[in-house]
Amino acid sequence: MKRPEPVQIVKQRRDVALRALVSGVPYIQYLGMKFDRRGDELTGVLPFDEKLIGNPLLPALHGGVTAAFLEVTAMITLSWSYLWEDIENGNLDFDPVEGMRLPRLPKTVDFSVDYLRSGLPRDAYARAHVNRSGRRYASVHVEGWQDKRTKLFAQATGHFVMPQRR
Amino acid sequence: MTDRLKIARQFIEAIPHSRDLGMTLTDMEDGVAVITMPYDERLIGDPETGVISGGAVSAVMDTCCGAAVMSHPANMGGTATIDLRIDYMRAATPGQIITARAVCYHVTRSVAFVRATATDDDADNPVATATGAFTVEGK
Repeated sequence: MKRPEPVQIVKQRRDVALRALVSGVPYIQYLGMKFDRRGDELTGVLPFDEKLIGNPLLPALHGGVTAAFLEVTAMITLSWSYLWEDIENGNLDFDPVEGMRLPRLPKTVDFSVDYLRSGLPRDAYARAHVNRSGRRYASVHVEGWQDKRTKLFAQATGHFVMPQRR
Repeated sequence: MTDRLKIARQFIEAIPHSRDLGMTLTDMEDGVAVITMPYDERLIGDPETGVISGGAVSAVMDTCCGAAVMSHPANMGGTATIDLRIDYMRAATPGQIITARAVCYHVTRSVAFVRATATDDDADNPVATATGAFTVEGK
């Protein structure tokens, strides 16, 4: 029987892939978003910042920021699930310094956001679930919360066109 | 510029996120609002092409729809988004200004219904469209 790979190697390969996916997109950096990884599960994290406010009187997060945060989480989670097998099997060009050459991100076809309560001026979290991912199209649901996991401030469903393999 | 537009413009431009994205309100009257957003490298969603992220288009659409609701004569105060759906028809051309135009086409005692379109220089060929429901504040 083949010995399992050392844990650091596995973790490093996953983290390099995730970094390659996220750090190359300027808009994700602009929002200040991060991704937390536990095994294959991703959580989008949006640390609060003054520039994300949409209603200075309440104050509340901008509805567009909430939509963008959920959309980015959905898109990255979809790419991640689609790349997972290749990451695990080491089928992607992997270099600890250079990172990985990854396929392009899926394209959003439509995105529908349900605003459940106003976004408070504090950190927000989101997790997406891929309802279905085919060769060409995918449907993804995403939930956003702040303090309590079960008390969502927004949720959304979107459809995406999958990138073609290169 | 009318005083009403001037006040509305100050209000929109006082929103931290809208200000940070450089949004400018160019028209707002009787349930119709127009907002422009300049191209900005910070908003790139596809680094290979320089196309801005759908999220940035969402932000200008949401702001513009809210402005349209606030400008409707039947709505007395502020508003909040209940639901917003965006359809992305094509990539916005890098380097071009995005113009969003929203129309609040129906208002009840509690809900305002809005449609919006986002375009770049090719104004006949929309980048995205949106439909949404917004809250109406009491009389």
